[in-house]
Order: sequence, then C-alpha cells, then structure tokens
Amino acid sequence: MAYPTQYRYSKDHEWIEVKGDTGTIGITDYAQSELGDVVFVELPAVGSKLTAGKSFGSVESVKAVSEIYAPASGEVTEANASLITQPESINSDPHQAGWLIKVKLASPGEVNGMMDAAAYEAYIAAKQKEASA
Amino acid sequence: MRYLPKSPAERQEMLGALGMATVDELFTSIPEAYRLKKPLALPPSMSEAEVIEYFQNRAGENSLGYSSFLGAGVYSHLRSVITDTIIQRGEFLTSYTPYQAEISQGTLQAIFEFQTLMCQLTGQEVANASMYDGSTAATEAVLMAERLTGRTRVLVARSVHPEYREVLNTYAKNSGLQVEEIGYTEAGTVDAGQLREKLRDDVCAVLVQSPNFFGAIETLQPVADAAHASGALLVVAVAEAVSLGILKPPAEADIVAMEGQSFGLAPSYGGPYVGVLATREKFVRQMPGRLAGQTTDHDNRRGFVLTLATREQHIRREKATSNICTNQALCALAATVHLCLLGKEGLREMAGHNLAKAQFALTELEKIPGVKRRFSAPFFNEFTLQLPRSAKLVNSALLKEKIIGPYVLGTAYPELTKNAVVCVTETTTRNEIEKLARALRQSLTQPI
Repeated sequence: MAYPTQYRYSKDHEWIEVKGDTGTIGITDYAQSELGDVVFVELPAVGSKLTAGKSFGSVESVKAVSEIYAPASGEVTEANASLITQPESINSDPHQAGWLIKVKLASPGEVNGMMDAAAYEAYIAAKQKEASA
Repeated sequence: MRYLPKSPAERQEMLGALGMATVDELFTSIPEAYRLKKPLALPPSMSEAEVIEYFQNRAGENSLGYSSFLGAGVYSHLRSVITDTIIQRGEFLTSYTPYQAEISQGTLQAIFEFQTLMCQLTGQEVANASMYDGSTAATEAVLMAERLTGRTRVLVARSVHPEYREVLNTYAKNSGLQVEEIGYTEAGTVDAGQLREKLRDDVCAVLVQSPNFFGAIETLQPVADAAHASGALLVVAVAEAVSLGILKPPAEADIVAMEGQSFGLAPSYGGPYVGVLATREKFVRQMPGRLAGQTTDHDNRRGFVLTLATREQHIRREKATSNICTNQALCALAATVHLCLLGKEGLREMAGHNLAKAQFALTELEKIPGVKRRFSAPFFNEFTLQLPRSAKLVNSALLKEKIIGPYVLGTAYPELTKNAVVCVTETTTRNEIEKLARALRQSLTQPI
C-alpha cells in the first residue's frame, strides 16, 4: 500500500495529516499488518488533551493490545465513531477510512521534524531487513 | 530417597560454564556480613513412613464433634464426593493455563460453563474465568469502575465484609483512590440518605454487599438509581453464593463480585477459594482477567478458546487491566461440577433449607430473655443477635459446650460488642440449633 506523500510519519508508526491547525491521526499500513486483525479500538473522548509522544489510546488485535502514541500535542475534536462497529477498516484502509482522531494542534509546525513518506518507507524497509536478518 | 534433580557431575559442569569452582561462589555478590555460615536449623530428614506417621499423629489432634454457627464469609455446605473425584482427574488437576486451545478443550469448556453458570446466577451478561476470591474480586470491580469512569472516589457500605474493605483499602492506599464509608440503618442495610449526601460527580463506584455482613438483604434498586443518577457504577458483592439460589439476581448491579466458596469448596483454613466477577457486556474491555469463548474450528466443529487475554499482564505489562494473571481454574471447576450436580432445582432447595433453618434458629434464640434480633431487614442464612452481655464472653462459654459460636462483631464494629452474627446452613441440624439455644440460655444465667 502506498504511503500518502502529504502525510507525516512517526517512529511508532502513526501518521498525521495536517490541514491548517487540524491534524488527522491514524496508524500506518505497516502497523496494521504487524498487528493483524484489529478487533477493538480505544479512543480518547472529544476535548481530551494530547501530549506528543504520550499514549492516547490502544488498538487491540487478536494477538495483542498496542498503545497509540500522539505524534503531536493538541486537543481532540473528533474520534472516528465508525471504528466502534467496523474496527477492521484499520486493516483494510489504514490511511483513509481507518483514521482514528482529529486534533486541534497546539503548534502545527511540530510535525515538521517527522518523517515524510519516502523517509518512513526507508525506515520500515530497514526494520523489515533487520527482522529477516 | 533423594529428590535432587542434578548429579554432582552436572553441577560441576554448570559451574564450569560460569567459570566458578563451588556453589558458594554464586553468592559472592551478597555482602559477607549477610551470609549464613552454618547449616539451616532444620530437624533431620524423615523417611516416607515417618512423614506419614507424623501427619497421622497431627491429624489426631484435630477437635471433633463441634457444632458451628460461624459464617461471616465462609460457609459450611454439603459437598458431594463426585466433585473431588472429577477435579482430581489428572487432565484437570495438573493442566496448566489453557493457552493452547488445541490441547485444552476440556479445561476451556469447563471454564466456559463456569462463566455461563455465573452469568445465570448473577443476572449479568459476562463473567470472567475467575478471580482469587470474593475480596479481591470486589476490589478489582472497584478498580474497573475507576477505569471506566475516570473518577477516583469510592463509597463503600460499612455493612460490606470488613476483610473485603481491608483488601480494598490496601489497594487504594497508594493508588490515589479515595475510599469513604457509608453507615447502616436500624434495618441493618446501607443508609441511603448518607449515600445520597456523599454521592457527587467524582464517585466512580458504590460498593454494597447483599446479603450483607450482618446478614441483611439489601434493596438494590434505590441504591442503583442513586449511584447511576450521579454517574457512578454500582458494585454488588456477594459473600454467600448459595443465597442466589433463592434471591433475585443482583441484575441492578453494573459489576457483581462474588465469593464462590459456597459452591463445592470446603471451608479449609481460609482457601483456596474462587472469586467471581460478572458485568455488563459493554464494560468487558475494562474487565480484569480473561474469558473462555465458544467458537467453531476449521471443520465447523464447536470448540473453545481463551479470549480477551490480550489485556492481561503477561502481554500488556504495566498497562494490564489487573495484576492478577492467575485465576482459580481448579476451584472454578469444582464450583461448576457442584452446581451441575445440584441443578437449578437442587440449588433452590438447598437455599430453601438455609432460609428455613435460619428462621427456626432465630425463633428459638429469641425465646431467651435478653436475646433479640438486632436488625429488622429480611435475611437469608445469617442474622445478627443483640445479646445482654459481651458476645465474646458468651462465645467462650459456648465453646466449653463444644459450640463454635456466632461471629463476634465487636472487633470490626466497636459499637456492636454485644452483637454477633449467627449462621445456619443446610448442614446445621435441629438438634444443634436446640443445643445452641440451651447453651446460650445457660451461659446468660451465669454471673460474668
């Protein structure tokens, strides 16, 4: 699956798309393929505060529960309600329909230090090479 | 016979791999001053025959022929030998946690049936694959409510088992959870007025027990309504599980925490028992422990697997819903076998005997001058007596007559030193009840 070039990516395998001062956050195709079938997503309430690098929820697959880390700080404005009944859209469409939350960013420039699509692809390629070595 | 698994040669080989010559070198990191430089002060070893003789002699020291009216969280009930026969089968007795479904179908099915039975009895939608005991189940239920609501105050009825409250306080002490107690009324039930006063929007849970520690049956609906109106959850603890054979299931509760000892487990020396935690399906992600679930295999045959285990400590570490990974699978199995043997009618009948005999006991005891019922609420198989003198003294006198007397409330409730909780189950005979009445009457005529 292609990694959208307008997104920014974290080392913890979250993506963020910034439009104005709003960021949309999800987990990457690589993350969902590592997790396996997602059965439940725990998301923060609208209005809760995110701190960059801190956990804001969890994704539960048949194998494990993984924390999701905030790529940037801000306040939650919306959580993807469709994931309650269709958590599997994280597997089928991680970069679009499987988005997790929308955030009013404290400082939109904060994402500039994150990886772009090319850098992230190189990052996971190195990870995969490491795993198969 | 010696049971040392490694030969001297193997020990030397292992030490060699570590670059050491003697076992003592393994302990050089422990400061010299703290090392024991002599053999442990233990008696010499015994042969198998000597060990058997020793234990037979010690068993002979047990007292026999006592009648007991002590309940207070642990209950004597009839148990069939079939229960022990089944749980002692090697497939159950020695099996490990059923992580591998393909080799654990029997254990998983038994757990699944345990969960089903617990749901039917508690009126809840989901029950986990068991907890340690009633006290830890009650505490885990409160912690679960804390996670679900994000609030940090809990209101606990003083009529909840004092040891359950102690366990909760131990957990709460350093965790930021604030525990406040709610008094009881003259009926012996939770003081609803005080409860409403203390209920604010920072309360995560209201914990009550029914039948409570005084034996009184709580009316749960108004307590549930008050808790829910302020956004708190209602946790109901059940210490005497047999009561559910005749009482309405506590379906008003958001979480039920139960002690399952009454279902086929001997009182022993206080354990092992089995805790039950049952709740509504919508809360299942914050429920501690795991579930056995029913599914179909590749060939469409019915099968069972562990599910929800992803939230346990061995996977989630410090983010786990609980630090209890272990459950009481064998005790849960005993409860399952016991309940299956009794059946729905059998359990109801057993509960009916408890109720009838307890009523009879109260009637007999109230004939004694100065002895009366302390609380007015309906009860199941335990009731609190008001005595004309210290319950502790009364019990000492009863003990001389080979009667283990009722539970003395004074230690846990300083205001109730002349009160004691009498427990009567289906195992108590009419003769024993009459003997208690005679002995009690006699003891009260003696000067103190």
